Amino acid sequence: MSRILVVGASAAGLAAAETLRREGFDGELTLVGDEPHAFYDRPPLSKQILASQWEPGKLALRPPADLEALGLDLRLGVAAAGLDPAGRTVRLADGSELRYDGLIVATGVRPRRLPGEGAHALRTLGDALVLRDRLGRGRRLAVVGAGFLGSEAAAVARGLGAEVVLVEPAPVPLAHAVGTEVGRVLTQAHLDHGVDLRTGVAVVEAGGGGVRLADGELIDADEVLVAVGSVPNTEWLAGSGLTLADGLVCDEYCAAAPGVYGAGDVARWHNPLFDVPMRIEHRTNAAEMGMAAARNLLRPDAEAEARRPFAPVPYFWSDQYDMKIQAYGYLRGHDEIAVVDGDLSGRRFVAAYRTGDHLAGALAVGMPPKALLSWRRAVASRAAWSEAVPSTASVVG
Amino acid sequence: MTMQVEVDESKCIAAGQCVLSAPEVFDQRDEDGIVVLLEQRPGAELHEVVREAAGLCPAAAIRLAELVEG
Repeated sequence: MSRILVVGASAAGLAAAETLRREGFDGELTLVGDEPHAFYDRPPLSKQILASQWEPGKLALRPPADLEALGLDLRLGVAAAGLDPAGRTVRLADGSELRYDGLIVATGVRPRRLPGEGAHALRTLGDALVLRDRLGRGRRLAVVGAGFLGSEAAAVARGLGAEVVLVEPAPVPLAHAVGTEVGRVLTQAHLDHGVDLRTGVAVVEAGGGGVRLADGELIDADEVLVAVGSVPNTEWLAGSGLTLADGLVCDEYCAAAPGVYGAGDVARWHNPLFDVPMRIEHRTNAAEMGMAAARNLLRPDAEAEARRPFAPVPYFWSDQYDMKIQAYGYLRGHDEIAVVDGDLSGRRFVAAYRTGDHLAGALAVGMPPKALLSWRRAVASRAAWSEAVPSTASVVG
Repeated sequence: MTMQVEVDESKCIAAGQCVLSAPEVFDQRDEDGIVVLLEQRPGAELHEVVREAAGLCPAAAIRLAELVEG
């Protein structure tokens, strides 16, 4: 293998490129990114950047010298436009073509939009800087979507003294992700911080001047942020023959086709640890999967035993107001939740999640992060629920 | 070759990925989980796991310099 192409210049693409070099690949390594900036970190966009606590330079994932040492042929500001897996060629939006022996697809996701013009999204550095300049005391921000991103932005805006109305279609924000009871606890934090929360309301339009609800009501706002989830960037793979189904479908080795691997937010793969297909939009998964995809790409088929299935314990964190939320595992589709430490009402607790007979994950709010590591170990070992969770733990959902 | 490890506490988000990868080199403060560097110049046998930790850190808070000493 003498030419490897990585499409995507964010966390997953960088992890892949670094791993390829660390594993001894010394051939031509080309990296394509559609944004003018490359290798910057996204989680702080809805936290320290929006709050003006950090300048953008602090987002750099690596110092320039480290990037230089990777010896990349870096193509920035140009998107990939097509893939021919038989000819092992990627076509770029500027018409140029890149041949490869191995390909890693790490094109990420983009924000889902709503009808209307002039609303903000929050995915790129540019998005964050535009919104940052329009928040502050006396401003009124409407946020559509009370997921983790929308909740973080709402919390920052309140901290800056802005008036915030948070509009969420579901009756309980985040219930689908963390369960109804835990969702209620996180929701209460918004209410305690003076957010005007509207749940169970459908939004038909989000524009520059406000949010139009399905019943016709217009919620006025100076700025509107739409944070209603993401769409995988797979359009450029249409017609390539690769399987696309809410992401680029990969096997347990992160492979989508011979010589083609997926990593990060864009990739859906079968996680053998939980024995379910998943697509994870978490920062840690981008790095872990970029590494795994790179390692497996470098193992020829003849050495199939050297390939390793990608079987991580997903992890995410979120900072909202004074709360740090952390979770390990795969919480979606859980059957039961038990509080195993602390209490919900104090917003200081560890909740364990059961799926089938197993401990599927654990979520902590306001707890010392080290307290969660033993739970991570239990999830990683596929511990039985009956062994991991004391029968005295209070079941809450 | 000597590896020098630096951590940026102001960027650390207390995920603990470094501790999982290289517990000989990294720990976390009990109260808030912020990284604690145990070995500023880890031995050669630890270089690979330290590189893994730096690559996995979700806050890019670990920086490595590889020094060739004369």
